[in-house]
Amino acid sequence: MSIVMDADRIGRTLTRIAHEIVERNKGVEDLALVGVRTRGVPIAKRLARAIKEITGDEVPTGALDITLYRDDLMRHAVGPQPVVRRTEVTFSIDDKKILLVDDVLFTGRTTRAALDALIDFGRPKAIQLVVLVDRGHRELPIKADYVGKNIPTALADVVQVRLQEIDGHDEVVLEIGGAA
Amino acid sequence: MTTQELESGRQVTALRRKDLLGIEDLSSEEITLILDTAEAMKEIGSRPIKKVPALRGKTVVNLFFEPSTRTRTSFEIAEKRLSADTLNIAIASSSVVKGETLVDTALTLEAMSPDMIVLRHQSSGACHLLSRICKSAIINAGDGTHEHPTQALLDAFTIRERKKRLAGLKVAIVGDLLHSRVLRSNLHLLTKMGAETWVCAPPTLVPQEMRRFGVVVTSVVEDAVRDADVVMLLRIQLERMEGAYFSSLREYATVFGMTEERLKLAKPDVMIMHPGPMNRGVEISSEVADGPYSVILDQVANGVAVRMAVLYLLAGGAEHEEAA
Repeated sequence: MSIVMDADRIGRTLTRIAHEIVERNKGVEDLALVGVRTRGVPIAKRLARAIKEITGDEVPTGALDITLYRDDLMRHAVGPQPVVRRTEVTFSIDDKKILLVDDVLFTGRTTRAALDALIDFGRPKAIQLVVLVDRGHRELPIKADYVGKNIPTALADVVQVRLQEIDGHDEVVLEIGGAA
Repeated sequence: MTTQELESGRQVTALRRKDLLGIEDLSSEEITLILDTAEAMKEIGSRPIKKVPALRGKTVVNLFFEPSTRTRTSFEIAEKRLSADTLNIAIASSSVVKGETLVDTALTLEAMSPDMIVLRHQSSGACHLLSRICKSAIINAGDGTHEHPTQALLDAFTIRERKKRLAGLKVAIVGDLLHSRVLRSNLHLLTKMGAETWVCAPPTLVPQEMRRFGVVVTSVVEDAVRDADVVMLLRIQLERMEGAYFSSLREYATVFGMTEERLKLAKPDVMIMHPGPMNRGVEISSEVADGPYSVILDQVANGVAVRMAVLYLLAGGAEHEEAA
């Protein structure tokens, strides 16, 4: 098990991504952040704060639960259902540029589900994908627009993002071979 | 879910059961899981596209042997919002009028492999009977005078939404206690969740079993309503009143009917609930039914979210299998 990002590094990375977001979109007009539950939500809120420090503007921020859109939901003939949590997108996403935020990009299936969920809220002008970690092994044609850190991994490895708001401290950990 | 598992303190994250037959079999942790899930489901109803793909490809049969508007519609909307395929069978147009038994009807439906059957039946225990012979999940939408679990769950959801808790609240239930399946489900639920529950009716409409629930029984409506956080009224079921339980509807309305005057005894932020359909001017006055304390229409709205939660949680099935 090795720590691939510590708290300082995560902080600097999110500040850098916030700058990239402002630069690429030439400001924050029509921007909105939507975090994918669970850990995408605090990352989205931190990005909103960082963007406010840069530009002084508030960017609306929401939370998306993708459980009901998962492609493996009914694949198990029998088994307990994953827990569903609240989706909170209190603003209209029509004609907005949505920054979809998640902690780890892996197979791309969560992002696929999140795209479907978002489209049910309206027709955004564009959707851009922000991830703290891209660990490779995509199973779908999905690519992030903003990446905190690329971490080369084997399929069986486990990447864990821990955040102050949920886990009590900030770090990204790589476990080799998925030894739990 | 066994009691041992529950006592180990593990948080319940799934309903590991095939059917929802009544509140009596549920643990307080399972009830909390259903109510929490319903909160997430409620948000879906406020979206421009009120539909999620969760139950895509699942077939749900709504089998109603008794007339019902709100429960059947509520289940149907819940099923559609989860993208299930739904089928409604109402008694008047089915082969039951040709003399088919419940078991034969169920087996015939079962042969077409639905995933779930939502059953409303006039006989207590009809859902238990079907749960033994059917592979499909059975959801009780009201059986005789036994239970109506989704009604109790939506009542609890509505109370929790306003009061943020159930434990320690004084809940007064006034009306026909004898014939009410809503009452039975609510008593199981409220006592499991730690509410202080009072029931009130003319002595002729109080069943013996009330003592078993550990609730306060009274025939003085003022005592029941005094300092209540929630007043729940039960319909005087005119269709089940073959015996002479009280001398006249007017007398019932005078002695037990919920009026603004009586309501002044309750807490200032009291909630008025009624499972519907109401007999205005009998168990509830129009001023109370349409008044500021009434949450009767919230109950109807919340029914959809609660039924979505039940359908979703039961769709996983009974067997425990590690999901990725």
